[in-house]
Amino acid sequence: MVFPRQKLLAQKREAAEARLAPLALPAGGKWITTAREDAKARLSAMGLPVRRDEYWKYTDPASLVQAEAPAAALFDDSDESEVFDTLDPLKIVFVDGVFDPEASDDLAMEGVEIALLSEAAKADLHWARDLYGALEADGQSPVERPLAIFNTAFAAEGVLIRATGQAARKISLIYRRRDAGADVLLHHVVKVEAGAEVTVLEHGPAGARFNQVMEVDVADGATLHHVRAQGRDHERRTAAHLFARMGERSVFKSFTLTANGAMVRNEAVIWLNGKGGVAHIAGATVGEGAFHHDDTVFITHAAPDCESRQVFKKVLRHGAVGVFQGKILVKQPAQLTDGYQISQALLLDENAQFLAKPELEIYADDVKCSHGSTSGEIDPVSLFYLRARGIPEDQAKLLLVLAFLAEALDEIEDPDLADDLRPRIETWLRRRSG
Amino acid sequence: MLNIKNLHAELEEDTEVKILHGVDLDVKAGEVHAIMGPNGSGKSTLGYVLSGRDGYEVTEGSATLDGVDLLDMEPEERAAAGLFLAFQYPVEIPGVGNMTFMRTAVNAQRKARGQEELSAGDFLKLVRARAKDLKIDAEMLKRPVNVGFSGGEKKRNEILQMALLEPKMCVLDETDSGLDVDAMKLVSDGVNALRDEGRAFLVITHYQRLLNHIKPDVVHIMSQGRIIRSGGPELAMEVEEQGYGDILEAV
Repeated sequence: MVFPRQKLLAQKREAAEARLAPLALPAGGKWITTAREDAKARLSAMGLPVRRDEYWKYTDPASLVQAEAPAAALFDDSDESEVFDTLDPLKIVFVDGVFDPEASDDLAMEGVEIALLSEAAKADLHWARDLYGALEADGQSPVERPLAIFNTAFAAEGVLIRATGQAARKISLIYRRRDAGADVLLHHVVKVEAGAEVTVLEHGPAGARFNQVMEVDVADGATLHHVRAQGRDHERRTAAHLFARMGERSVFKSFTLTANGAMVRNEAVIWLNGKGGVAHIAGATVGEGAFHHDDTVFITHAAPDCESRQVFKKVLRHGAVGVFQGKILVKQPAQLTDGYQISQALLLDENAQFLAKPELEIYADDVKCSHGSTSGEIDPVSLFYLRARGIPEDQAKLLLVLAFLAEALDEIEDPDLADDLRPRIETWLRRRSG
Repeated sequence: MLNIKNLHAELEEDTEVKILHGVDLDVKAGEVHAIMGPNGSGKSTLGYVLSGRDGYEVTEGSATLDGVDLLDMEPEERAAAGLFLAFQYPVEIPGVGNMTFMRTAVNAQRKARGQEELSAGDFLKLVRARAKDLKIDAEMLKRPVNVGFSGGEKKRNEILQMALLEPKMCVLDETDSGLDVDAMKLVSDGVNALRDEGRAFLVITHYQRLLNHIKPDVVHIMSQGRIIRSGGPELAMEVEEQGYGDILEAV
């Protein structure tokens, strides 16, 4: 039986109304207030997601939507060095979603302008006005993403980055947590001007419930590298949205490493709007038990000669659930598109689950698009080979798990970044198996 | 060294399929034994059962290495006890570097035997020396285990592992299959270099030609899960000249 459309919309609006009632928009200057009011109105009309939404078929949005953030115990990660620290990045630290000037570096850097969203009223940040909430709004069609609208309306803080040349250092956004029950909202805008290049890193658990939006505009010939590691806190929840608009011959490469977390939904919406653009998005995930991890990706090829690549790998055990929804839409002008998509899960026991929905929608006739999705256990023949050489079973399995994730980690272009992350996965897996 | 008595094994999945029907074999330290036989005679299964591969059920008999019961141990324990199986089809493992794999294996065995683990530097020296003898270049060591290796490279990589692990008892499962003449010479030289008073070899092969390079002390003919005839190197020549037909009929 089809659930009547009107009834579904009424239910979603009701959820939005309940969520919005106690909330007030953050204070700010004129243009940001206009953007927030617009978002709030859009959200009231659209409603918040409910389980019956087709786009939330595999992931129950209830805990991301409900009024109170479910409490999430703090996690002691003092057993490892700070992620990306070896790369000497420019650090921008947020504690429970609030900018921490003491812990952060000076925001001045050659080739890049950096400002905070809370300073958005400043006249010289007009470039941000044209992007804030704009890419998010574009991303509401053909699929609704109401949690991102919620973020546009209510995020009080975030970082505005405009790269005008070659960035002198990588920028690391660090999300620390002190509060066990807080909602944290951050909204970032990154504009990479023509020919400029910058790397944006993110790590840390952020909050008990983290709602994040990053809007990215990569102009002609510009390059943006994005690598993030989503904390280790077991009970935290995250809904992250990435919106990227890409110009001619621009390059955008994004990689996400996720360990633990009760609920993670990472959405990415990418438009290849200029000829010859290259977009790669990848993720490696390890989780177990009450762990639900959802990668939802929508890539639109709107211009000819572009390349897109999606590589997602998940290692799941003890009842963990992995979801992948990935779509490549190739519009009629996007001839000579090269699209690739792979999503794979390694299920370490019979209680783990992987749900995948790969989609291709192609209107151009001269394209190369492939997609694949697999889920399976550790290959018994490989395992025997390693054991026959004297490697104990646990250690052999660990080697094979790391090998499985390697294809996704190989997507990180900068070897220093990959070297920072790779040993962490091993430590995390060892700690969890102990 | 290796003592096999009345070994019976069947497939775990289908107990109707009985593969070994009472194998008796006694290999002494320093000896090289060859097992020959037609397809399906149970030669490879013998190698798998000895090394502890899943899927086989031993229903009768015993197998010991220096008096220690092999059949009771996990595969990694058998390896640490000194058993090595050179695979007929070495497994490709994408994502695991060949060097990482070999160092992990060497150190796991050393740890199991209560020896100190080798440092990365010491191991590198050891690998370089052994690899050079087998004409294995640095590129092959860097690549993932057996991935993109030719048939000959895979077999050389097996022998390299054997040289690094220094096992007591080496079982070579059709190591000659897929090798051209030059590769066979290289592999055989590698094996011969390891021949030692304290080490024994069980060479499983279809053909006599490998035995021109690795000269056996004893040759066994296996058929239908049993060793039906044993003799000196001349037995291999007989197989080469007459095929298995006459030998099998004569039994």
